[in-house]
Amino acid sequence: MKFSILAKSAITSILRNKTRSFLTTLGVIIGVLSVILLTSIGNGLTVFVEKQFETIGSNLLIISPGEIVSEEGGFNQEAAALSLASSKLSDRDVSALERIGYPIGGVAPVIEGSVDVRSAQGKRKGFSVASTPDYSELRNTKTTKGRFFSQSDVASSRKVVVIGSKIAEKLFAGVNPIGQKVTINRIRFEIIGVAEPKNSGNFGGPDIDSSVYIPYTTASSALGQEKISYILAQVTQKEEMNRAKTKIKEVMLRRLNEEDFSVTDQAEILKTIQNILSTLTVGLAGIAAISLVVGGIGIMNIMLVAVSERTKEIGLRKALGATPNNILIQFLIESAVLSTLGGVFGIILGVLGALAIRSFFPATPAVSSILLAFGVSLLTGIVFGVFPAKKAATLSPIEALRYE
Amino acid sequence: MSTSKNNRAEIVLELSNISKSYQLGDQTLDILKGINLSIYKGEFVAIVGPSGSGKSTLMHIMGILDQQTSGTVTLAGRSVVDISEAEAALLRNQYIGFIFQQFNLLSRTTALENVLLPTVYSGNTESKTAKAIAILRNLGLGERLKNYPNQLSGGQQQRVAIARALINDPAVIFADEPTGNLDSKSGHEVIEILKKLNAEGRTIVIVTHDVELAKVAKRTIKIFDGQIVQDTINHKQKL
Repeated sequence: MKFSILAKSAITSILRNKTRSFLTTLGVIIGVLSVILLTSIGNGLTVFVEKQFETIGSNLLIISPGEIVSEEGGFNQEAAALSLASSKLSDRDVSALERIGYPIGGVAPVIEGSVDVRSAQGKRKGFSVASTPDYSELRNTKTTKGRFFSQSDVASSRKVVVIGSKIAEKLFAGVNPIGQKVTINRIRFEIIGVAEPKNSGNFGGPDIDSSVYIPYTTASSALGQEKISYILAQVTQKEEMNRAKTKIKEVMLRRLNEEDFSVTDQAEILKTIQNILSTLTVGLAGIAAISLVVGGIGIMNIMLVAVSERTKEIGLRKALGATPNNILIQFLIESAVLSTLGGVFGIILGVLGALAIRSFFPATPAVSSILLAFGVSLLTGIVFGVFPAKKAATLSPIEALRYE
Repeated sequence: MSTSKNNRAEIVLELSNISKSYQLGDQTLDILKGINLSIYKGEFVAIVGPSGSGKSTLMHIMGILDQQTSGTVTLAGRSVVDISEAEAALLRNQYIGFIFQQFNLLSRTTALENVLLPTVYSGNTESKTAKAIAILRNLGLGERLKNYPNQLSGGQQQRVAIARALINDPAVIFADEPTGNLDSKSGHEVIEILKKLNAEGRTIVIVTHDVELAKVAKRTIKIFDGQIVQDTINHKQKL
């Protein structure tokens, strides 16, 4: 018995009832569609978060004021903001950290604040980042025009600024901002560089491109910002992250109480978020998969109808030499083709849907989930086809031939 | 059985002491009661009997569609006792051709594909295609190969069914009321075809309640109440 003949006969009988076949596969279509959409969103979010962390810099430990990291490693943005006001981190802590040496590379204190940025073209809310020249390397912040501030800029507290790409775009449209003056909180700064765009502000991430970068010492002298928001410490090798963390804790504990600082590991936070996201994705896909089961039941139902409608055909085929297995396989192929067709339509719609929502939400259809959806829909057809096919296979040829 | 058949003629199908009974609640229904019957190669047999006489059940057992409660069936030298459904299917496929009252063609399937249906299960569709075309041509359906059953007249449909019964060169062809659904002209054509096939050496068994139709056969077996009551050779065949 040829498989191709059976497949052909399965497709013929599916096409015989086009409307019915479509309605039957609708359950599988919706199931696969939602699985693909949800996994695409989960996948897209994971990629998005990874990118966000890449913009922050790699192998970084962050020493922040207060206890913003829970025992479990969770990160609390609000606690961070609250403890900022009472930050006990000082320049001497920075020097102490610098003295540790290997495995800690660069150390950069950062003072952050909200600022108003004005130019002749207008005004914009911005985010000031005051640090040392090392910041550029630690946070992977490059300039597309001009230069980053230097050690001498910091030493002399010069009022120079590197503006974010969005600030440049909005406040210096059509002009080369280098050498121009910009007012930050009513203080005039000279623009010495424009930062490379990070495009992190889409989908609700922090808008790094609206930052203005100024020398560390200028923040207190010109803007009156004195509290250290956090200290960045770069670890020379990934493998040394834990050792570096321990060392930093040791040094800091000699200087401050335990509750006055936290040391966070970027990779750890990333891992935590990725875990949450993948659990979420699996959970959502699991819920969506329930509709696949419903779709499978629909297929089983219609296959049972098909078996009783074609009782006479089954009897005839048996009389002409079809074994129970031949009949079983014929109906299994039919239900498998039916649900796989639904799966293929669902995949197409799911991928199109994911691409459609991409403009406002990160969604990336993964090849693995497409293959999985295909496999699952095929399996659904087989699993839910077994019962009707068994029923067909065990029909007595005489009874079946007599059936009107 | 008293037949005038030459004893040296090959027995195609032999039934000895066949009984068939059904259990209906606590009641046992005996449909066939000890049937002994031999069908010889090249015979044209009519099994006649009123409704409920057991002739259909007899045909089902002879055609390996049903299994006897007791007794033995020997088909083409093989004993058919306690065989699996798959084995029965194989025997039907290889040794038996069926012609039904309702034609039983698959709709949405061309005449040629219908004729080739048994070969789907014997796995030799390709090698039998030329033969199927030849049989259909022989039956006057050379122009109808690609037609669907609903594009054919009743007589044409029954001829397609006859071609289907012939495709695997069966040892016996069973025709269950083959003219029952046809007008008299088409019925006459079908009978002529059966006679011609028998003349070519085919073994044919017709099952009918129509005594007139039975007269075309060379041998008539009358069934009544689950038993053979008469087994006669028709010396003068007429239609």
